[in-house]
Amino acid sequence: MSLFSPRTHARLKSSTAPSASSWQSGTGNALHRRTVVPPWFINTASLILMGLLVLLSLSIGVADFSWSGILQSLLTQSANSDSSLLLVSRIPRTIAIILTGIAMAVAGMIIQVVLKNRFVEPSMVGATQSAALGLLVVSLLFPASALIVKMGVATIAAVFGMMLFMLLIHRIPPTDFLMIPLIGIVFGGIIEAVTTFIAYQTESLQLLSVWQFGDFSGVLAGRYELLWLTGALCVLAYIIADKLTIVGLGDNIALNLGISKRQVTWIGVGMVAMMSAVVVVTVGMIPFIGLVVPNIVSRLMGDKLRRSLPAVALLGASAVLLCDIIGRSIRYPFEVPVATIFGVVGTVLFLWLLLRAPSEQ
Amino acid sequence: MFSSTKLTSTKTDATKTSTAIDNSSSADGQYSAAAQGQLAKLWTWIAAHPKSIAAIILLISMTLFMTLNVNGYWDFALPLRGKKLLALMVVGYAIGVSTLLFQTLTHNPILTPSLLGFDSLYVLLQSLLVFFLGAISFTSLDPIAKFTLEIVLMFGASLLLFKLLFSKSSQDLTRLILVGVIFGVLFRSLSALIARLINPDDFVVVQSASYAQFNTVNPQLLGISLFICAITAIFVWRWRYQCDVLMLGQAQAINLGINYQRLAFGLLTVIAVLVATATALVGPVTFFGLLVCALTNRIARHMYHTERLILVSLVAMICLVLGQTIFEQVLDMAGVLSVVIELAGGLMFLALIFMSQRRSL
Repeated sequence: MSLFSPRTHARLKSSTAPSASSWQSGTGNALHRRTVVPPWFINTASLILMGLLVLLSLSIGVADFSWSGILQSLLTQSANSDSSLLLVSRIPRTIAIILTGIAMAVAGMIIQVVLKNRFVEPSMVGATQSAALGLLVVSLLFPASALIVKMGVATIAAVFGMMLFMLLIHRIPPTDFLMIPLIGIVFGGIIEAVTTFIAYQTESLQLLSVWQFGDFSGVLAGRYELLWLTGALCVLAYIIADKLTIVGLGDNIALNLGISKRQVTWIGVGMVAMMSAVVVVTVGMIPFIGLVVPNIVSRLMGDKLRRSLPAVALLGASAVLLCDIIGRSIRYPFEVPVATIFGVVGTVLFLWLLLRAPSEQ
Repeated sequence: MFSSTKLTSTKTDATKTSTAIDNSSSADGQYSAAAQGQLAKLWTWIAAHPKSIAAIILLISMTLFMTLNVNGYWDFALPLRGKKLLALMVVGYAIGVSTLLFQTLTHNPILTPSLLGFDSLYVLLQSLLVFFLGAISFTSLDPIAKFTLEIVLMFGASLLLFKLLFSKSSQDLTRLILVGVIFGVLFRSLSALIARLINPDDFVVVQSASYAQFNTVNPQLLGISLFICAITAIFVWRWRYQCDVLMLGQAQAINLGINYQRLAFGLLTVIAVLVATATALVGPVTFFGLLVCALTNRIARHMYHTERLILVSLVAMICLVLGQTIFEQVLDMAGVLSVVIELAGGLMFLALIFMSQRRSL
C-alpha cells in the first residue's frame, strides 16, 4: 500500500501531476502487485541475517578472544578474560549498534510518513544537526549539567530545527518532492556551519567532531545505556503505527477517519527528534540509514507501517552491523568509523534510488 | 529549467529596486531640492557604473588588506600579505568566472560547479593520488607535473560527471541538483574513507587538501595558478560574445551558427581547470560561486558577458579580500571567513530556490 506517496497524494488533489510521475511508479506498482514477498519471510530472513552478523560482530576485534574461552568460563562458572571482554566491550558495542540501527531506520520511516516524502531522513530535515548544535551550546554554557539534561536540550533543539524546516517547506507543493530533501540538505549545512562557527570560536571543534562523526569505538558498558530509550520509542512507534499510516494518507483521509493529524504529526516529530538526539549524544551522526533502509523495505512490502516497521528495524540494525564489521576489518587492526563506511554505501544506494527512477517510466 | 528570459527578469527586478530606492531617497524631506537632485544624480551614476564602483571598492579593500595593523614591520608584512592577497584574488577570479560560465552553459542561475560535486571530486583525486603513490612520492612530485596531471584527471572526471548528470536528468532540475549534491557527499565520503585507509602521515597530507583554508596558501602553486588564470582569461574573453548567444538556449545558439559542441567542450575545460585551481589553492567552498554570481546578476546592468565576467571577478575578489581584512584585522577571527561564506551562500541558495519557486507558481 503506497497511498501516501506524493504521486497518489497529488492524484487525490488534482488529476494533473506534472513532475511526480517518476520514481513513485516503482512503489505505485506495489498497489497492484500487493506483496510479492510475505512479511513473515522477510522478517525471518532478516532476523537470521542479524543473528549471523551479531555473532560475527562479537568475534571481531583487536583483543584476543575465543569462543572456547567463553565456553570454558561458563562450564567452570568462573570469569576469565574472554568473558569479561565479552561483557564489558563486545556485547555493549553490539547492542549499541543494533539499537542505533533500529532507531535511525525507524526515525527515517516516521519522518518519511509524516512529511509524505520518500527522500527525507532525520539528517535531511535538520534534526541531527540541530541536536548537535543544542548539545554544543548546553555543553559550553553548563558543562557540569547531567547527561539527561544535555539530552533534553538536544531533543528540544532537534524539535525546533524540524519546526523551522517545516515552516520553510510549507509553501513547497507536494508534487515537487525532490525539492524537500534538497532544501533539507542545505538547511542542515547551514545549521552545521553555525555549529562549526561556535565551536571554532570557543575552541571546542574536537568536542564537536565526536558528535558529528558516528563511531562505535568508544562504546563500553556504562556508556551506551541511554540508547535503550530509543528502543522504547520504537515500541511506541509500533503501537501508533496505524495512526501514522493514516496521517500519511493525506489530510482529508485523516480527517475522515477521525485522526487528529496535528496531534499525530507532533508525536511523530517529537519521537524523531528524541531518537536523533539520543543517537547523536551517544554515538554521533550516522547519515543515510534512515533514508535507504525504509526505501528498500517499502519497495519489498509496501507502506503499511504496522506490517513493515519490524522489517525496517531489523534491516536497519543489520545494515549498521554490517558496516561496522566492514569498518573494523577493512584496515585491521585499525578502525574506520561506521559513519565513513555508511557515507559511501548510503550515498551509492541513494544515487541508485534517484537515478534508476526515470528509466522506469 | 530556467531560461534566459528568467535571467533577464532578475535584471528588471534589479532596476525596479534601484528606482524604488531612488524614489525613497528623493521623498526624504530633509534635503533641499538641489541636494536631492545631486543625490539622485549620484545614485544613477553609481547604478550606471557598477564596474568602476566595484573596482574602486576593490582597490580600497586591497589597500586596507595591505596596510591595516602593520605597525611598522613593512618589510616583513608586505611580501607575506602580498602573496596572500594575490592568492585571494586568483581564487576569487577562478570561482567567480567558473560559476558564471557554468550557469551560462547549463542555462541555470542556481547552479555552481561545487554544488554538483566538482570540487569534492578534486579532493577525491588528491586522496586517490596519495593512496596510490604514497605521501612521499606525492609531495616530491614536480609541482607543475603534478598540477598538470591533476587537471587532466579532473577534466576527464568532470566530463564524465557532466555527461552523466546532464544526459540522465537534465529534464528535471531538482533531480539534477540533488544527484549532484549526493555525488558531492559520495566523493567526500570516499575521500574520508581513503584518508582512514592510508597511514597517519599520508592522512595529514590529504586532510590539509580537503578543507577550505584562506590563511595558508601554497606559494608554489600560486605562480602556476596565475599563469593558468591568464591563459583561461584570454580564452574566456574571446568567447564572451558566443557565451551571450549561448544564453538564448542550445537550439537557438546552434541556429545562430554557434559550434555548440566545441564551445561547450571549451567552456567545460575552462571550468574544470578553474575549479581545480581554486580547490588546489584553498580547498572546496560550496556556495561561494553562487553567492557571487547572484550578487553580480543583481548589480549588473545587463546580462552581457563582457560586463558580467569582469564584474563577477571584481565582486568575488572584494568578498574575499574585504572579508579576510575584516575578519583578520578588525574582528581578530582569522579562520572564520570560509564558514561565514558558506553560511551566507547557503542562505542565498535557499533564497534563490524560493524565489524561483514563487515565479513558477
